[in-house]
Amino acid sequence: MSCCVSGAEFPNAVALRALNDEIMLASRTVEEGLRQTDLSVPAIHCGGCIQKIETTLAALPGVEQARVNLSTKRVSIRWHAATTPPPFIEALNQIGYGAHLYDTASDGKDKTQTELVRALAVAGFAASNIMLLSVSVWSGAEPATRDLFHWLSALIAFPALAYSGRIFFRSAWQALRHGQTNMDVPISIGVLLAFGLSLYETIHHGQHAYFDASITLLFFLLIGRTLDHVMRERARTAVRGLANLAARGALVVAPDGAQNYLPVEKIETGMTILLAAGERVPVDALVLKGRSELDCSLVSGESLPQPAQEGATLQAGTLNLTGPLTIVATAAAQNSFLAEMVRMMEAAESGRSVYRRIADRASQLYAPVVHLTALLTFIGWMIIEGDVHHALTIAIAVLIITCPCALGLAVPMVQIVAARRLFEQGIMVKDGGALERLAEIDSVVFDKTGTLTMGEPKLTKHTGNTETLALAAAIALHSRHPYSRALAAAGRKGIGQFEITNISEHAGAGVEAEIGGSHYRLGRPEWAAPDAKPGTAETPRVVLARDGHLLASFDFDDELRPDTNAAITALKRDGVAIEVLSGDRAAPVQALAAQLGLPHIAHVSPGEKSAHVAAIAAAGHRALMVGDGLNDAPALVAAHVSMAPASAADINRNAADLVFLRESLLAVPQAIEVARRARVLVRQNLMLAVSYNLVAVPLAIMGGVTPLVAAIAMSGSSLIVVGNALRLGRTHMQKHEEPRPAAGISPSRDFPQEFAEAAR
Amino acid sequence: MMDFLYLVPIALVLGLIGLVAFMWTLRSGQYDDLDGAAERILHDDEDKPLPSKKKAPR
Repeated sequence: MSCCVSGAEFPNAVALRALNDEIMLASRTVEEGLRQTDLSVPAIHCGGCIQKIETTLAALPGVEQARVNLSTKRVSIRWHAATTPPPFIEALNQIGYGAHLYDTASDGKDKTQTELVRALAVAGFAASNIMLLSVSVWSGAEPATRDLFHWLSALIAFPALAYSGRIFFRSAWQALRHGQTNMDVPISIGVLLAFGLSLYETIHHGQHAYFDASITLLFFLLIGRTLDHVMRERARTAVRGLANLAARGALVVAPDGAQNYLPVEKIETGMTILLAAGERVPVDALVLKGRSELDCSLVSGESLPQPAQEGATLQAGTLNLTGPLTIVATAAAQNSFLAEMVRMMEAAESGRSVYRRIADRASQLYAPVVHLTALLTFIGWMIIEGDVHHALTIAIAVLIITCPCALGLAVPMVQIVAARRLFEQGIMVKDGGALERLAEIDSVVFDKTGTLTMGEPKLTKHTGNTETLALAAAIALHSRHPYSRALAAAGRKGIGQFEITNISEHAGAGVEAEIGGSHYRLGRPEWAAPDAKPGTAETPRVVLARDGHLLASFDFDDELRPDTNAAITALKRDGVAIEVLSGDRAAPVQALAAQLGLPHIAHVSPGEKSAHVAAIAAAGHRALMVGDGLNDAPALVAAHVSMAPASAADINRNAADLVFLRESLLAVPQAIEVARRARVLVRQNLMLAVSYNLVAVPLAIMGGVTPLVAAIAMSGSSLIVVGNALRLGRTHMQKHEEPRPAAGISPSRDFPQEFAEAAR
Repeated sequence: MMDFLYLVPIALVLGLIGLVAFMWTLRSGQYDDLDGAAERILHDDEDKPLPSKKKAPR
């Protein structure tokens, strides 16, 4: 398969090392002697991938069975519990797929979806069969036949109503018990009354029965609800499948020297932890021994790697880049930086006003009006005729005809179509309410590192020629340092021509290697080429030296996210106020803000960010917060609506209302545009539903509604509403782009795909 | 004239069979990976269903 990365051998220094203990911790027993491990493999995207992964994994000793799920991009592996875990992740890395453990505990089988689909199937079966019988009745059956068919309909309708209607009745009951009403209350009342009346009519050999209306209504509404759920679940699965960045556990050294792998929750203050390069700091800690550099970009927004040596304090969640460290925990997990952020998020959540969804607001108006109309109709007919049965029949017909079929579909259908459109553009919407809120925003607050920028450095200029670049890239391939990755990506073309031996990495300094008898050093200028005087006044960040002589120097900068300028222009055109809020130092923030022409605030603490966003809300504005770092998490919750890139920290992706998977920042204006157009369509749909009622209700009050009229009116109005919602998908629909899994999804941070290609 | 006495039950039973079949496919996890199923059909090698005694992996 040409679309797959194939045959790529990963340099050992780069390959992700998953400890056996960590795999044990994440696996579960499925049956006697068999354990199952779920891996998330974001790069799976075609049939070839399925075959290759399954064959490779099944060939490992101890593996019973491996099965790829292409939809969720996951692999389930069953292995014999007697053995140590087979090296799944290494095996996958060797064939060019980045993989990480998938936490099944946080997932749980989606019961709601199964329940909805089952209810839908039952309702569909019942609706089609009852309609079959009803059509015979409508076309003029003899009274005896009619009664028989009514009884048959009742027989089908009763279990179907009890099974499929449950979903609505439960939610309506919940609302009523708390003294509220929602859309499910009028639905439940309408459906139950229609059934009750029909049963009464059937028993008394009446002419009209509304079994078809009550079941068809359930069927239509269940379609809307199921689609809504499937869409949201898909978005959630896609978001959950992204890299798990939090440390799951750490290697703890007991006082007697024994090494144990402990889950994060079990780590206590004072424990000594061995932290390998490439691992995240599990809890706040102090460095005891070792030298390394730490990537803090996700934690504080700091764009440059920070040196760490004895005595340095580390925040939980930072990534150890270059050398092994021995650290001592200064706080347990529940007191660490991450937990602190969670507490601030909860505080921000409680401070935010509760948003009421448009459908709930509509139903709050709608239910009393409808029930009052039905009551007045009953009283009116009692005054005119005094016949209880006739008055009741007409009053119930009013309830049936106003039963919010169109209204129930009006909002979710539009949001499903909108979410689907955004999904195709790589933007995941967590729920429909997020779209409603997104349409209301008038200002956007951006984080800098990882949001406006890619959060990883890129080679901006280098002295020397293509050969020195390729040479540097070949050496850099053996290091996890962000600069090395940038170099490897920039110079990957000629990378294969060098025979590298004796490669070693020196924490805080650089990489050393021997090529063709010469001794090369790539790293800090004072370490690699202590004697050389760089020509420029500015000291370059990285130099390449042969036997101590300077060959070339390299400079890096955090690269802007693609299309940032276009996105900012589009947002300004939409009349949205934009601001940059960063935890990074003043100089880089100022440079970037000036380049984009945006107001900025630098060196902001997480609490200040959250407070700033809350202040915007207090001033009567509605802000969209876009951020990827842990320090943005409280602000994401405090904001009216929030977005996070796929590369964001776990906690942010879970907190954000929308997550965009592609690298382009155009996702932000695109999402706003779709949300705004969805709002227009939702309003149109509500108007349509209301105007349908304006026509149908007088007819029902006059007593002119037969089951046939009710069936036509309800299906007709539902179809119109659905058709109107589909317009959102049609109008200037962009050409369907293939998602770029390797580029957009976060493994670019932990697992650069370029390396796989480069190393070929 | 009284054809419907057996036609209607037949229609209902056929519908019910369809419903039960759908419930079975749902329960046995045949909709868990629709994209994957579309690709697997192109594979030449034998693609056995999941072992029946175990519950389908997710």
